[in-house]
Amino acid sequence: MKRVLVVGNGMVGYKFCEKFVSQQQADDFELVVFGDEPRPAYDRVHLSEYFENQDAKALELAPADWYAENGIRLICDQRVTDIDAAQKQIRTANGRLHPYDYLVLATGSVPFVPPIPGVEKKGVFVYRTIEDLEGMMAYAKEINTKKPNGKAAILGGGLLGLEAGKAVLDMGLEPHVVEFAPKLMPRQLDARSSAVLQLKLESMGIHIHLSKATNKILGENAITGMEFSEDDTLDVDMLIISAGIRPRDELGNTCGLEMGTRGGFVVNDKMETSEPDIYAIGEIALYNQLIYGLVAPGYDMAEVAVQQILGDATTVMPAEIDMSTKLKLIGVDVASFGTPYMPADKGLSILFENKTKFTYKRINVSHDGKTLLGGILVGDADDYNILHQMYLNGMPLPDNAEELIVGARGEGGSAFGSAMALPDSAQICSCESISKGTICDSILDGSCSSFKDVVHATKAATGCGGCKPMVTDLVNESLKSMGKEVKEVICEHFDYSRQELYGIIKVKGITTYDEALDTIGKGDGCELCKPALASIFATIYNDTANKEAVIQDSNDRFLANIQRNGSYSVVPRIPGGEITPDRLIVLGEVAKKYNLYTKITGGQRIDLFGAELNDLPAIWEELIAVGFESGHAYGKSLRTVKSCVGSTWCRYGMDESVSFAIALEERYKGLRSPHKLKGGVSGCIRECAEARGKDFGVIAVEGGWNLYVCGNGGATPKHAQLLASQIDNETVIKYLDRFLMYYIRTAAPLVRTAAWLEKLEGGIEQLKKIVVEDSLQLAQDLEADMQDLVNKYECEWKQAVVNPEIRKRFSHFVNTDERDDNIAFVDLREQKMPEPWIN
Amino acid sequence: MEALLDNYNTVAATTVRTWFKACKVEDIPKNGGACIKYQDKQIALFNFARKGKWYACQNLCPHKMEMVLSRGMIGDQEGMAKVACPMHKKTFSLETGENLNGDLQPIATYPVKIEEGFVYLGFSE
Ligand code: SRM
Ligand SMILES: Cc1cc2nc3c(=O)[nH]c(=O)nc-3n(C[C@H](O)[C@H](O)[C@H](O)COP(=O)(O)OP(=O)(O)OC[C@H]3O[C@@H](n4cnc5c(N)ncnc54)[C@H](O)[C@@H]3O)c2cc1C
Ligand code: SF4
Ligand code: FES
Repeated sequence: MKRVLVVGNGMVGYKFCEKFVSQQQADDFELVVFGDEPRPAYDRVHLSEYFENQDAKALELAPADWYAENGIRLICDQRVTDIDAAQKQIRTANGRLHPYDYLVLATGSVPFVPPIPGVEKKGVFVYRTIEDLEGMMAYAKEINTKKPNGKAAILGGGLLGLEAGKAVLDMGLEPHVVEFAPKLMPRQLDARSSAVLQLKLESMGIHIHLSKATNKILGENAITGMEFSEDDTLDVDMLIISAGIRPRDELGNTCGLEMGTRGGFVVNDKMETSEPDIYAIGEIALYNQLIYGLVAPGYDMAEVAVQQILGDATTVMPAEIDMSTKLKLIGVDVASFGTPYMPADKGLSILFENKTKFTYKRINVSHDGKTLLGGILVGDADDYNILHQMYLNGMPLPDNAEELIVGARGEGGSAFGSAMALPDSAQICSCESISKGTICDSILDGSCSSFKDVVHATKAATGCGGCKPMVTDLVNESLKSMGKEVKEVICEHFDYSRQELYGIIKVKGITTYDEALDTIGKGDGCELCKPALASIFATIYNDTANKEAVIQDSNDRFLANIQRNGSYSVVPRIPGGEITPDRLIVLGEVAKKYNLYTKITGGQRIDLFGAELNDLPAIWEELIAVGFESGHAYGKSLRTVKSCVGSTWCRYGMDESVSFAIALEERYKGLRSPHKLKGGVSGCIRECAEARGKDFGVIAVEGGWNLYVCGNGGATPKHAQLLASQIDNETVIKYLDRFLMYYIRTAAPLVRTAAWLEKLEGGIEQLKKIVVEDSLQLAQDLEADMQDLVNKYECEWKQAVVNPEIRKRFSHFVNTDERDDNIAFVDLREQKMPEPWIN
Repeated sequence: MEALLDNYNTVAATTVRTWFKACKVEDIPKNGGACIKYQDKQIALFNFARKGKWYACQNLCPHKMEMVLSRGMIGDQEGMAKVACPMHKKTFSLETGENLNGDLQPIATYPVKIEEGFVYLGFSE
């Protein structure tokens, strides 16, 4: 039995193990792995997710048991200190010797810390391991408790530095990215795209300082600032260094391995180092005189080393390595591929820039206009996958190459064929090297029948996840080519989409959830189909959330939003944001009486937080007594119609936005929908109500109102698009009735109007036809349905407080009147707040 | 926090030493749940009428240590009865306590019996 020792249990060391044990010949080998981190290998690429969930297990590439189950001996928390190449053995920090037949070095790299005076100070961090993140979080917390506006700098404006910038923002500190070069991501971007990216990052609250060389870290024990030149300093409370990487090649000195001048073990295309039977892979390997700081080449190296050791000498590294990258996580798309910028003698560039939308696109094409050589995308990298594939596979370009970036968009068309047009050899998932052929075959040969199956069987999309949309397309297209219908079913209990369910329930006259399960579903239901059906029943029969309380989403069941610590919030409706002083006083009095935290919401109303379940009915009784109604802040239903002050007061106002906002809010209040609905009315084009950031927005213009639909704020902001212009109040309402009802009938669960429109074939033009021109001859029906719902509106809190049966629901315990003793509050700025979560 | 969790350990039907008379059958909504207080414990009790079964488990969600599971929606995953936490929709098997959509530690479950219109919860102490 031969012995393979792997030094380093990082991403690439792990991939080596995985690939090794999947080979049949592996049975003749003993595999031992040493890692000096306290835990088995984890997904460093998604390290930043640790800030969100602090769940180290979720990052694990495989649990410790996996190694044992596959006959691998994993020794964690043990550094290898020496290699004795002559005797073919290594020594570990605890002094033990381990002989080997083959040695695989996968020791990765460490962040490069430039020798700036003061870098040793407290509060200076690097960004590489879970322990690094834990240190940063603890330190940031300390800063946050000491002062309100803590700042943290990131040294280095590369790929990783920007990711760290976002992390700093999430830790509640003000981020400052300091870059030596005159542009961001100097290796991937040209000056113009960097400028666009800078604008976007600044709009997110990340400060950028370019062309800055740091001379000194200021502070006594802990960092208090950075000095760039005598009169140029930046006050910061913390610093994260992200200035490149240095290979961890200490072991080379112990056995005379050939190394590069800036470190790393020199390897050939077989991953062999200068010593026999010693291989190097991943970020430690110096191939073509380069260290590749990405996982994909590392995984390819692991494959080569496995094949070489197991006797297949033909598998070698390609001479050229693709370094295309897409930035992830930080809420802005950035990608570069191939040759991102090039001298004019090699090719020509097509550029598109729109600073108002923070987008920049550049593609480089050969002089004859036939091949794509590379490119840069900032702000909108939706087409990265397909462009990258066109580049990798040398696919022919369309006649008008500019369509690739400016698109035949808007009319729903695209300059690209579908992913199916790619050759079978096209690499779809570059992290795992999975080709289009492998993905499609897994469907065509019958072994897989869904996206989930394919991911499980091929491992595609398990790395950075960037290829997910393409894999989904390929899976769906392959299924279709076999005559299999691909449909979005809502869950395992109903083989129908929401739209189909809506139709069936209406036609069959099904009125209860159990009846639906028994007649058109199976099993006992779940948290996906229950609220979806509840919403459908509400639209068809105008049920409030008090009907069948147990199938309502948890918040609807208690007609309030659950908060950290299990208490609830109370949000009365304040149509259009208009409220009398008397009502304001009542809100204050109720809040005082029940000791509630009060806050003005982003939706122009007042939220009273921290109500115990048992108190909700009494609180609402008092609010209802003075005329308040439920604000449905908990529901997938109409929230607010936001309004500016409008022509009654404002010197620019063209129409009475408040009056119209109130009218619209009164009309659609209580309307339940696939996702929440928000509206806005602005009195003029200055748009103080942010109406175009809403599902429907109305803006007063010369000669009437402009009506916009399908916008939202949130994680993926979308501006609403113009549906009709210069129309009067009645026409706005008529179009809105049609639009809203059509959306409610046809959207999938939890899809907001903007995402729904994106999927609607024909896009906004088609929607105009349906709503304005009535091309489907549905208008009458849609309007009648809406009018029916409007007529039957009832405030569900009013129903609840007068009905003893419903009131019983609002008790934490059923067998005693005692309160939940687990609810704890602490003080904050003269109000209360939940005790913070610690895990 | 750990102490909170330590207070909840699965009780097998065979090790029940106390049957606690918790409430009347009609106190718990059909196909829904509610919370029972027993000494210093909060127990989520579910009347899974569709299956004709009753389930009980700790009210404490191990995700963020909130006493909320009784307010969750119940249902099944491939036949296995489950509850979804109202906070972040982590789901737990009501039969084994296992976290079905993540790797949180399992929740404790308790035996339930119905006698003469009353619901009893089984405890081992
Ligand atoms: C209270 C409030 C924050 C505040 O104090 O200002 C708030 C609180 C919550 N928002 Fe919001 N949002 C609030 C205004 C907004 C706004 C601003 C606005 O309406 O103008 C937005 C951006 C506009 C938009 O929706 O397009 C907003 C975008 C979101 C999103 C992202 C939606 C999206 O489509 O991307 C979510 C997540 C979701 O719904 O899935 C969300 C979800 C939530 C939830 C429901 C999260 C949760 O599940 O607990 C919070 C409920 C808190 C509660 O119990 O009351 N909230 N939320 C605001 C209540 C407004 C109100 O009076 O009803
Ligand atoms: C925050 C972050 C984000 C990233 N994002 C991306 C991305 O989006 N895309 C991308 O392609 N790449 C990304 N990377 C880079 C990617 O993580 C690395 O390319 C990859 O981890 C390299 O794998 P490796 O196994 O060579 O090195 P590592 O993962 O560093 O593993 C080396 C392991 O060897 C151990 N070790 C070292 N010396 C010894 C010794 N003497 N004895 C025992 N053990 C030893 C180390 O402790 C370490 O655990 C990112 C990196 C970070 C830090
Ligand atoms: S969901 Fe809305 S209210 Fe809650 S933290 Fe996020 S942004 Fe704030
Ligand atoms: S607290 Fe239960 S899922 Fe988060």
